[in-house]
Amino acid sequence: MATAETNPRREGAGAAGFLAAPLALLMRLVDGPMRALQRLIGERRMAYVFILPNLAFFSLFVFLPLVINLVFSVTGGAGLFPSERPFVGAQQYGYLFDCGSFLDPSSCREDHFWRGVSNTARFTVFQVTAMVLFSLLTAVVLNMKIRARGFFRAVYFFPVLLSPVVVALTWKWILQRDGLLNAAITSIGGERILFLVDPSWAMFWIVFVSVWAHMGFYTLILLAGLQAIPADLYEAAEMDATPRWRVFWRITLPLLWPNMIVVIVLALIKGVQTFDEVFVLTGGGPGTATLMIVHYIYETAFANQVQNFGLAAAASVVLGIVLFALTLAQLAASRRKGAA
Amino acid sequence: MSLATRMMTARRKPGRWHWTDIAAYAYLALGVVLMFGPVLWLGLSSFKTQAGLLEFPPSLLPMSQKEVAVPGQAQKLPLFEVEMPDGSKRVLAQVRRIGIQAQMVDPANPAETIRVPIDKRMPVREFKLATENYTEPLERFAFTRFLWNSVFVTLVATIITLIINSMAAYALSIYEFRGKTAVMLMVIGTLMIPITIILVPVYLVITKLGLVNSLWAVILPGAATPTGVFLLRQYMLTLPRDLIEAARMDKASEWQIYWRIVMPLAMPALAVLAIFSIMWRWNEFLWPLAVLTKTESYTLQIGLNAFQGELQTQWHYLLAMTVVTLLPVALVFVFLQRFITTGIANTGMK
Repeated sequence: MATAETNPRREGAGAAGFLAAPLALLMRLVDGPMRALQRLIGERRMAYVFILPNLAFFSLFVFLPLVINLVFSVTGGAGLFPSERPFVGAQQYGYLFDCGSFLDPSSCREDHFWRGVSNTARFTVFQVTAMVLFSLLTAVVLNMKIRARGFFRAVYFFPVLLSPVVVALTWKWILQRDGLLNAAITSIGGERILFLVDPSWAMFWIVFVSVWAHMGFYTLILLAGLQAIPADLYEAAEMDATPRWRVFWRITLPLLWPNMIVVIVLALIKGVQTFDEVFVLTGGGPGTATLMIVHYIYETAFANQVQNFGLAAAASVVLGIVLFALTLAQLAASRRKGAA
Repeated sequence: MSLATRMMTARRKPGRWHWTDIAAYAYLALGVVLMFGPVLWLGLSSFKTQAGLLEFPPSLLPMSQKEVAVPGQAQKLPLFEVEMPDGSKRVLAQVRRIGIQAQMVDPANPAETIRVPIDKRMPVREFKLATENYTEPLERFAFTRFLWNSVFVTLVATIITLIINSMAAYALSIYEFRGKTAVMLMVIGTLMIPITIILVPVYLVITKLGLVNSLWAVILPGAATPTGVFLLRQYMLTLPRDLIEAARMDKASEWQIYWRIVMPLAMPALAVLAIFSIMWRWNEFLWPLAVLTKTESYTLQIGLNAFQGELQTQWHYLLAMTVVTLLPVALVFVFLQRFITTGIANTGMK
């Protein structure tokens, strides 16, 4: 194997080894009781022992909460524990969907929820479109015969690893009133723009920043797809002197389509749940111009003076249904990818 | 230079430049500016003084006014370039300012005081890194606490994640047992349930366990990850079975086989999961934001967010702390970049 291939492996194993070393003693101590247990229940049933901790965590922090969420959404009051909460039936859902007109959030009882829905919908449409276009463009460029491909790939990829808070603060610093961007605008004779105070600009920038931060991930998926396209197809096209745009349209895009679907659905799933970067960058503002659904849930359950767990749970269930539908779409897409 | 020239003139076929080649390099160059620029600007800005940050238009590099020690003066004095009435220029230090007049002295001749109108002087600036942006938060704010909390959460959560997920993966790859399919389905099921839709009930569970505002509230809910189980299981399936059978012949216990044989062999997969887990935990935001309400239990991310709300004007500290928050991830990336990208390409997850 080439050294370039083995090096990262060795480094990675080293990092894990560093974590594992202090645990060796503990693990040796566990062996005694485990051996006794094995003598008691037999070798094959040890499988249950190994699977138990993980299942306990899943049950306690995923499956049980799923059930409790439903209980929360059909009970009222301010109590956190289900025993303190009176049953109210579908009232919470009724509140959420109590709207004069669904096209006008201000006519709704829970206007913030519908602002969240409408903002999230707009954000997701813009973001997914931009994300797919730019990650496709970047993947195609990175797949060309260029020098220093590894370097350029890293350039587009590294923001994926940054925390949403770091990403948001980095851009907030650039976009603020006396920031770098306004300095650039005034230096060419323009007027300063209050980017995060103007609703349309705020929406533009949260889309921009989230594409900036996550594009590398989707680029990587598409790049893997591009590299899987057989080279002889391109050679054949070149021999026929097919124009490049036609090669792209007739060969690249159709063969890349399964990966494109995966990217679109993944971006949709992530987009609908957008919260972190937007929360730090705009705080949902100006006003409620960039308030997202998850922000509404967080606010309703935790940040407001009166914590309304029931309403938040009902909104989570609605969000959960949307995500479930999208996940089914993803499964269908990946099955088609597997068949292709 | 020659490398750069060769880089820029690389093309598909010798002697033939297609416009798409030029466009591709232009796009890549733009990408470098757009992707690196903001973070570079953050880094440069974090070394500027508070006054330097308020400048508009901002200077590119961290510059600050030069100061000199003048005999007979208790404090260092700021240096100015002064245009004298006769048109000559002198470098003087300012003792004090009275209205539109400044009292200045020549550092070489401190006895003589010169009065200068303030619009006739220009500050002398020098390149200087305001490292106090980094050192002062360590003393003044709960910043060290946040840092420690984040390190604790990241390390402990990663260790727990590695252990319980590898145990589950071991069971699912080495054994045949009743209910295996059901367990696999459960693992796949959890893959579809993000924390965003079970925020409230997980909070209830944590409250019941008495863990609100404890770091364990952040560590525990995400410790079992379906991604981790899958990643490790796929790898363990490739391990030779003979090895395990031989160990059983030698009277090794199942636990020993797991810990002494399978785990060392699964190191590459464990390393990938470790890197992912460190990234997830270090960057986690929504859940800690919901469950940690006391300043002393904040992680770095939550602390930073709280800071930007409270200290809107204290950008000099905020930027420096942002850089500190970014640094571990940047280091991981520099050293393990290829590892991470192949990990993502193989699993399709981040």
